[in-house]
Amino acid sequence: MTRALRRIAQIPPTALIGMAVVFTYAFVALFAHWIAPFGESQVVSSQYDPWGGAFLLGTDNIGRDMFSRLIYGARNTIGIALLITALSFTVGGLLGMFAAVRGGWVDTALSWLVDILMAIPQLIYALLLLTIFGTSVPVLVAVVALLDSTRVFRLARSVAMNVVVLDFVEAARLRGEGLWWIVRREVLPNVLPPLIAEFGVRFCFVFLFISALSFLGIGIQPPLADWGSMVRDNATLITFGDITPVLPGLAIAILTVAVNFIVDWVLAKASGARA
Amino acid sequence: MMDDSRARGGLLLEIRGLKIEARTSEGAWNEIVHGVDLDLHRGEILGLIGESGAGKSTIGLAAMGFAREGCRIAGGSIRFDGTDLATASEAVKRHLRGARIAYVAQSAAAAFNPAHRLIDQYAEGPIRHGVKSKAEAYADAKALYARMQLPTPNEIGFRYPHQVSGGQLQRAMTAMAMACRPDLIIFDEPTTALDVTTQIEVLASIKDIVRQFQTAAIYITHDLAVVAQMADRIKVLQYGREVEEAPAATMMASPREAYTRSLWAVRHMEKPLAPPPALDPVLSVQHVTAAYGQGVTVLDDVSVDLHRGRTVAVVGESGSGKSTLARVIAGLLPPGQGHVLIDGGPLSPTLAGRTREDRQRIQMIYQMADTALNPRQKIRDIIGRPMQFYLGLDRAAVTAKVGEMLEMIELPKAFADRYPGELSGGQKQRIGIARALAAEPEVVICDEVTSALDQLVAEGILKLLMRLQAEMKLSYLFITHELATVKAIADDVVVMRHGKVVDSGTKADVLFPPRKDYTRTLLNSVPEMDTRWLDRLLAAR
Repeated sequence: MTRALRRIAQIPPTALIGMAVVFTYAFVALFAHWIAPFGESQVVSSQYDPWGGAFLLGTDNIGRDMFSRLIYGARNTIGIALLITALSFTVGGLLGMFAAVRGGWVDTALSWLVDILMAIPQLIYALLLLTIFGTSVPVLVAVVALLDSTRVFRLARSVAMNVVVLDFVEAARLRGEGLWWIVRREVLPNVLPPLIAEFGVRFCFVFLFISALSFLGIGIQPPLADWGSMVRDNATLITFGDITPVLPGLAIAILTVAVNFIVDWVLAKASGARA
Repeated sequence: MMDDSRARGGLLLEIRGLKIEARTSEGAWNEIVHGVDLDLHRGEILGLIGESGAGKSTIGLAAMGFAREGCRIAGGSIRFDGTDLATASEAVKRHLRGARIAYVAQSAAAAFNPAHRLIDQYAEGPIRHGVKSKAEAYADAKALYARMQLPTPNEIGFRYPHQVSGGQLQRAMTAMAMACRPDLIIFDEPTTALDVTTQIEVLASIKDIVRQFQTAAIYITHDLAVVAQMADRIKVLQYGREVEEAPAATMMASPREAYTRSLWAVRHMEKPLAPPPALDPVLSVQHVTAAYGQGVTVLDDVSVDLHRGRTVAVVGESGSGKSTLARVIAGLLPPGQGHVLIDGGPLSPTLAGRTREDRQRIQMIYQMADTALNPRQKIRDIIGRPMQFYLGLDRAAVTAKVGEMLEMIELPKAFADRYPGELSGGQKQRIGIARALAAEPEVVICDEVTSALDQLVAEGILKLLMRLQAEMKLSYLFITHELATVKAIADDVVVMRHGKVVDSGTKADVLFPPRKDYTRTLLNSVPEMDTRWLDRLLAAR
């Protein structure tokens, strides 16, 4: 018990703040239906009620409780963003390392494919694909994960390239190890630190990207609450000097900073002690 | 040229009680140089020798009043011609550096700016310090290049660093250090990265020019024989402390301290001559020709036989194709023509075509233990994997055997749970050896395994390899460029040059006395532990 306490004391305060924020968000997301005073799409009052009283942060453009929707929004937006980032890192990371280890035409073909995907602006690509395949959550996840995995592929491949030329990888090849072993045991542990750092950054980008898509109306569909579309729905309030539409954006910003605090700490730990 | 007698002037540099601290990863300051004294007179050359971590480079840089990133001068005085560099302002030091104190780095290739021509980099110092105009600096550079025996001295300065060879670059850098005719030059291992035959030319040029201009010098190296040629006095360092100091001839003839004597002893290790081998080699390379891509031929009709329980040393300078030979044998580079036989049976030219048993029989030990071990795997996994992979041992058996292996390579069993980053260079190389032997191979390819190590550590590795060879009847193919190492461990010798075999046979046949001219050149180029060796060699030309 004291050892655990001592370990916590060694964590820098920024990382502790980050963790506290992320835990709070996770808790809110998981238990949204208990915390939120009203339902997600329940119309409880007239539109644009002011703050205070029964509705802590007022109501939105069709009279739903803003505070409750903010809480449900955490569940939807964070959950989907996390799923997309994890998926894009699994696909992009593995393919990137595979390309670096295998080399030759496999590497060339994969790199071409990625270049083609990256040549078209991500947002336009997403608009295109989502219009073709419809705007359900699984399609959203698949499309954004695919587009995002190209960036991860590039990073994983270039970092892995530096590892693949080292003698211990040659030793593993000489031993006759399979591709999967070389990727997983020899390369992956050595490319992990930059990938972890990238995970934090990409998670935030994905988050913003989904919010942007929702803002444009092709992301998470109503009546599901999500922070991006909440900004759009209530944007008119800005003209009246009401800061309510900014709140979802603020929620995104705080989470972004918190995640990066944690990533910085993990990175320092991973690269410092056993480089 | 001046004769070798001490051309002493007044005291130029006086270092007293020099203490230097380095910042640890936790941010605390840790003393690495513990109060060193040093005197240098005008026109004198002081040799600083010691193993890595002895603090020789740190002290050399401190003589310019400079401390590396993460280091600081914590105490003592550095009086250079009346100025204390330990307390002097940056402006004062900047005025001295380049003009009155110059520095020649180990790797000239890394120290030159690749984007500028040699002569412009030469002229930068004199112009900045206002000593010479550009035209004067150019003329002076050409004269010095000629003096340094560089080919076409009037044109070579107009080339870029990548257009001249390593030895020429090192000479150009020495000329550059001379540009302002400084009182003191610090040479930091200037010939360590060069081939033996190139090293001689560079040493001769440095010695000549330093004598001509009566420049005082601090010559830093770990090679005793080199320092014996260059220095008037020698100071031996260990762990940031002085071990002893004496005139070069005295130091060579009768070192006082046990540590110095142990350094000297390494040079004399020699494996006794073995009888000629039996007829059936365990590994036979027959008329192999190889090239990278469609380009230049790297190996041209190379044949090498390795006999059971013996060591064949493949010796040659960089570019001789000796490492390529190892790659062909290992299956990393399929040969254009020729075969590799093991136990009389042919080996597939490609790695993919070899069976697990084929691969098991040939194992490799690498030059750089840092990159040969995965920094993110524990020692237990590094040594244990070949046992699991080739011998199919289960977890408990692997654990037991890893312990045995560690004992065999003379490391504590507790090292099994460490990562390579927690080990020293010599210990890492021992792990590399253990990984190769864990596969229970017949043939072990050792690719320059001691080149990156200090002499004492290297001696330990060579002794370990010899002991294991006797115990396990191993056959070594030992690639090296150091003739001292060849003498220390070889039974048979193959001399290579430009991808061809110059000579091969037993050690006695090839080396004692040398049969071929090139072998003789190689042997003669290795500096001896005699202060007059270089002068004699140059006089004999």
